[in-house]
Amino acid sequence: MQDRIPILHMSNFLLVTIQVDMHDRLALQLQDDLTSKISATGARGVLIDISSLEMVDSFIGRVLGNISSMSRVLDAKTVVVGMQPAVAITLVELGLSLPGILTALNVAKGMELLSRD
Amino acid sequence: MSTIRLPEILQKAKAQILEEWVKQQMSGAGARADLIKDGELRKQSEEFLNNFQRSAQSGETENIQLPAWAPTLELIADLTRQRERMGFSPSETALFIFSLKEPLLAQVRAELKKDPEAAIEESMGISALLDKLGLYTTEIYQASREEVIRRQQEELLELSTPVVKMWDGIVALPLIGTLDSARTSVVMESLLQRIVETGSEIAIIDITGVPTVDTLVAQHLLKTVAAARLMGADCIISGIRPQIAQTMVHLAIDLSAVTTKATMAEALKTALARTGHRVVKDVVLKA
Repeated sequence: MQDRIPILHMSNFLLVTIQVDMHDRLALQLQDDLTSKISATGARGVLIDISSLEMVDSFIGRVLGNISSMSRVLDAKTVVVGMQPAVAITLVELGLSLPGILTALNVAKGMELLSRD
Repeated sequence: MSTIRLPEILQKAKAQILEEWVKQQMSGAGARADLIKDGELRKQSEEFLNNFQRSAQSGETENIQLPAWAPTLELIADLTRQRERMGFSPSETALFIFSLKEPLLAQVRAELKKDPEAAIEESMGISALLDKLGLYTTEIYQASREEVIRRQQEELLELSTPVVKMWDGIVALPLIGTLDSARTSVVMESLLQRIVETGSEIAIIDITGVPTVDTLVAQHLLKTVAAARLMGADCIISGIRPQIAQTMVHLAIDLSAVTTKATMAEALKTALARTGHRVVKDVVLKA
């Protein structure tokens, strides 16, 4: 049995809280699960909370970018919330500034951003 | 080059050498009667001569790195640091050692009058030895200067990165001085940390106090902006002076992804508008 990251379905949105260290297989699994869930539920927005994530590498950064692009294709907005300063610095130093992605400081602000339109 | 006679000469004519050396120092090129008292100078000279004699007695005068020279080098280091603080120039400090040559070599000449060959040999040895000691003062002088510069740089780094809260949800970072990689990373970290602490959505980076913006500085700024965006905060860069705007365009620095404002006031106005605030002037109703 492979462990998965739970995806919560809340009205029109999907909620993902990453609370474990992301390894590559887990990230790809999440990408799979999210895309199928978006098409199954017709969700209009995805909120990914990474406030407990303390380490990222270029692969995870790229997967986050991919999830955002994929959900846009499926007509859902993605907001990444609560990124730690150290993680942000690492991503920028890796050259991954994730230009297509929406970000917010915390879950409340992220939900506000998603429900704005 | 041998200096076999040096300890013997020092032993025999130390008082005379000291006398002439002190006289030389007070009248020569390195004389700074305004900075050091005669008594102090004499005391230092005598102390140096004592250590010098003790070290020379070891017979190892080719290499001043040997343990026999350690006390002498230590004394030189102390004197140099002291003189640097008093305001002596590096050459004036080195002259303290170099001015010993003349009285010492005069003694050698007098001592070895009958054997000119040996006198030349001895003189060359002593001269080389004093050259090494003189250069050592310069080394110490420079090292202590570099220490001062390093300490000041560290202090500057800590002093110059205050992140101030302007309003609920708005922080500002007034940058002053040149931005290098080390400083930028400190600035970036403290800004991002404050954004988390205050939950601010907007950060204003004011570069009025940054004298020059080259491609490297611009790259650092853009990195900071990108990192703040990843956390969910928008950045506004303000205080770009006309000359700097011209330079940036000439260098083809692309700031189109960032909001830029000419002044901090403009930036604050924009930030307030974005967070849903409005500044209204009180109208005084005339009776």
